[in-house]
Amino acid sequence: MKEESNKDLIQVMDPDGRIVDKSALKAIKESDMLEMYRLMNFTRLWNSKALSLQRQGRMGTLASVRGQEASNVGMGLALGPEDWFCPSFREYGAMFARGIRPEELYRYWGGDERGARPLEGSRVMPVCITVGSHLLHAAGIAWGAKIRGERIAVMSSSGDGSTSQGDFHEALNFAGVFKLPVVFAIQNNHWAISVPVEKQTASETLAEKACAYGIRGARVDGNDIIAVYSTVKKLLDVARSDYRPALVELVTYRMDDHTTADDASRYRTKEMLAPWQGKDPIDRLRKYLSAEHGWDDQKEKGLIEELTAEVEQCVKEYEGAPHPPPEQIFEHTYAELPWHLREEREELLQQVGDAEK
Amino acid sequence: MARLSMVDAINTTLHELMAKDDRIVIMGEDVGVDGGVFRATVGLLDKFGPDRVIDTPLAESGIVGAAIGMAVYGMRPIAEIQFEGFMFKAFDQVYSHASRLRRRSQGLYGVPLVIRAPYGAGVRALEHHSDAPEALFCHLPGMKVVIPSTPAEAKGLLTASVEDPDPVVFLEPKRLYRLFKEEVPEGEYRIPLGEARMVKEGKDITLVTYGGMVSVCERAAQHVAGEGVDAEIVDLRTVWPFDIAAITKSVTKTGRLIIVHEAPRSFGVGAEIAALVAERCLLSLLAPIKRVTGFDVVPPLARLEEYNYPDSDRVVRAIHDTMQF
Ligand SMILES: Cc1ncc(C[n+]2csc(CCOP(=O)(O)OP(=O)(O)O)c2C)c(N)n1
Ligand SMILES: [Mg+2]
Repeated sequence: MKEESNKDLIQVMDPDGRIVDKSALKAIKESDMLEMYRLMNFTRLWNSKALSLQRQGRMGTLASVRGQEASNVGMGLALGPEDWFCPSFREYGAMFARGIRPEELYRYWGGDERGARPLEGSRVMPVCITVGSHLLHAAGIAWGAKIRGERIAVMSSSGDGSTSQGDFHEALNFAGVFKLPVVFAIQNNHWAISVPVEKQTASETLAEKACAYGIRGARVDGNDIIAVYSTVKKLLDVARSDYRPALVELVTYRMDDHTTADDASRYRTKEMLAPWQGKDPIDRLRKYLSAEHGWDDQKEKGLIEELTAEVEQCVKEYEGAPHPPPEQIFEHTYAELPWHLREEREELLQQVGDAEK
Repeated sequence: MARLSMVDAINTTLHELMAKDDRIVIMGEDVGVDGGVFRATVGLLDKFGPDRVIDTPLAESGIVGAAIGMAVYGMRPIAEIQFEGFMFKAFDQVYSHASRLRRRSQGLYGVPLVIRAPYGAGVRALEHHSDAPEALFCHLPGMKVVIPSTPAEAKGLLTASVEDPDPVVFLEPKRLYRLFKEEVPEGEYRIPLGEARMVKEGKDITLVTYGGMVSVCERAAQHVAGEGVDAEIVDLRTVWPFDIAAITKSVTKTGRLIIVHEAPRSFGVGAEIAALVAERCLLSLLAPIKRVTGFDVVPPLARLEEYNYPDSDRVVRAIHDTMQF
């Protein structure tokens, strides 16, 4: 296997929670860090609960985000209140940071479309499953805002695999040509299902792909939430104020199977995983908070209890919600149902009615 | 003969075809080391090596576009698209090139390419993993579309598709991958493209169907048999260009026609069959033609999937309506 590249890697905190770049800390308050810590932990607990529900047949197929909590939460919190966010499917933490309700995300992954409707006013797009497509949507939202003179930034998030799609290259090119206020975040978790990033691209880093499109590229330790947050925030600020687009590579690692339908042991050895076991993003921030901000076992215990209760409440709301009615399948196909769908809806209702007789 | 599931039949067939013809290469996402997300290509990398079993970057247009080049050069590429819903990243390559290069080069360059993809609903999957887009490919002059309905059928039809001089979209009903096993002929086995299969003869009503809906129609036929209705079932196998002679022959005999597919109704395969039957044997009909299909909706996620996916109850209802007309 190729040696992990450290080329141009931005880091604030090393894996032991020691600060390697003090300047980045100036703009961050203690309360911000505690919020980061809380959200990362919530994301992890929400995620592991989803996995266990899935194993019990109480949840559909879903993609685990374990190991990527710093990239998720860091980028989500970096967005300004009026900014837009275009996720793919492994960004729960970023969506929570934008106010998306965790029980709604359970509902969506549980197979009920109604959970996909983003919170009113959140400026978050729904989950995008087709890899890479939504980078163009981010460019388009940014373009609209530029034309209308609204000073906001837009961010997309996608994986290392998405950088192989034509859409990725088209989006970066449009952003460069039209100087759009957009930041494309790439969670480089080293895998696209079974394909390792070094087979995905011959480039040394993903960040350097930005050069070809005349936009900025940055490469960040994606398990260092302070580095993720501060770098993405800076890039969003510049995008907003100077119309300078950017690509930011968040170097992280997918610690679990690709999804609950996958078995990573078919293509990934324990030896590959080992170096990343010691780089856990949550442990890292905890070590720092313990050393510098008086975080202790008791506070830890209290937080985990509180978040566990929150997650249990989400499960209750998710499982307690009524089953969607059959005719829901027709809703929102168009703004207004055309004649043929009204007829088909009648047909379905008749069928369901007869079946119940 | 061995008893195999559909996915194992496909795997075995790929092994046999590759051993026989060294022009065949397999390319796609996760087809090598992982053996495909449904394990259809398991063991091929070990047997034939990375030049012939290729884990590509994540780019469907790249896969199909490059496969077209390989085919023109003289290879026999089999491109796997991981799920039917991701075919559309490659649709330009299919629409503009795979289907037209023969015509554009006035017969000099054919594109003997097979694009395989798991297809259809019934497995409670995510968005884009439960679609039935066959009609979109049928609509392209120059393309063939094949959908098998059993493990043995999959072997015979895949062999014929790979040997065909023209591009074929080969859609594998993923609900059937592991649903049942059957005896699959060993060694070379081909089912000519363009020939339908008579699944069950009957004299009262014709059910034309394919893929995952064949077994649904069989159940419905069994049900109405108890009521004295003798249904005939025709499995298209090659969805386009389909076996029009088999359809008109059956309809002329029974005088009644229901077309069953899981794809959306409007502008679907059923519409084409209905139009042709109206054109060619309208006067044999004793009742209006009916279609039992998915609704014209985005395929619903797990919770509501069953309401869109046609089941045997829906087929039985349509048979009753038609018989009572
Ligand atoms: C266009 C498209 N092709 C294939 C897939 C199937 N698929 C889902 S996720 C995935 C790998 C994605 O890898 P990456 O972009 O690195 O994101 P990650 O899953 O690692 O978060 C693939 C191939 C898809 N969803 N969309
Ligand atoms: Mg990845």
